[in-house]
Amino acid sequence: MKVAIQCEDFDLGAEVRAISRSPRIGAVASFVGLVRDVRMTLEHYPGMTENAIRKIVDQAAARWQVLDCTVIHRYGELQPNDQIVLVAVASAHRGDAFAACEFIMDYLKTQAPFWKKEHRTGGATWVEARTADDEAADRWEK
Amino acid sequence: MKVTVLFFAALREQLGRPREELELPVGVSTVGGLRDHLRARGGEWANVFAPNRPVRAAVNQEMVQPVATISAGDEVAFFPPVTGG
Repeated sequence: MKVAIQCEDFDLGAEVRAISRSPRIGAVASFVGLVRDVRMTLEHYPGMTENAIRKIVDQAAARWQVLDCTVIHRYGELQPNDQIVLVAVASAHRGDAFAACEFIMDYLKTQAPFWKKEHRTGGATWVEARTADDEAADRWEK
Repeated sequence: MKVTVLFFAALREQLGRPREELELPVGVSTVGGLRDHLRARGGEWANVFAPNRPVRAAVNQEMVQPVATISAGDEVAFFPPVTGG
């Protein structure tokens, strides 16, 4: 299992290959989040961020078969179309890989201490948290 | 009882500081109590920690509720609801 919080970009293909080597693995589900239309700065809480993501991955592994997993989240200055986040889950079958990947992503949105600041022509503003993200995480409790 | 208090994102900018070493007054023993104590400083502190402002907290890098207790040497962090991903 790999959790990385970094400024640098990542290579989806290389990350997927890295968790696909065991013959037990029959499915890898991956999600990549991108910056949409505005330049932004991402701040995080060093130390807590890694711990929070590891805890989320542990919760996923308790519910589904997770044979391997990589989560990468970037911070610092990001431009439109830049990759922000990668979640990749390797499992024997697709059902577990899809579910665990989506679960990790939904919880990351509400539990991992990152904050986005958008830079528009009128100035810079902190992004407000969305209730839709809380609802997406809450549905896994049902 | 000494603690380290950290501020992130909009809170850090509004308060003009990322951290503070703080001697907790007698009677302040929870995260909610510390928030009330900071709000009572007035000015920007009153705005940042206004009751209707959504502020989240962590103790020793674990997300907690306002009832969570604080011990000597703890790292207490205050920040807005998270917006990563």
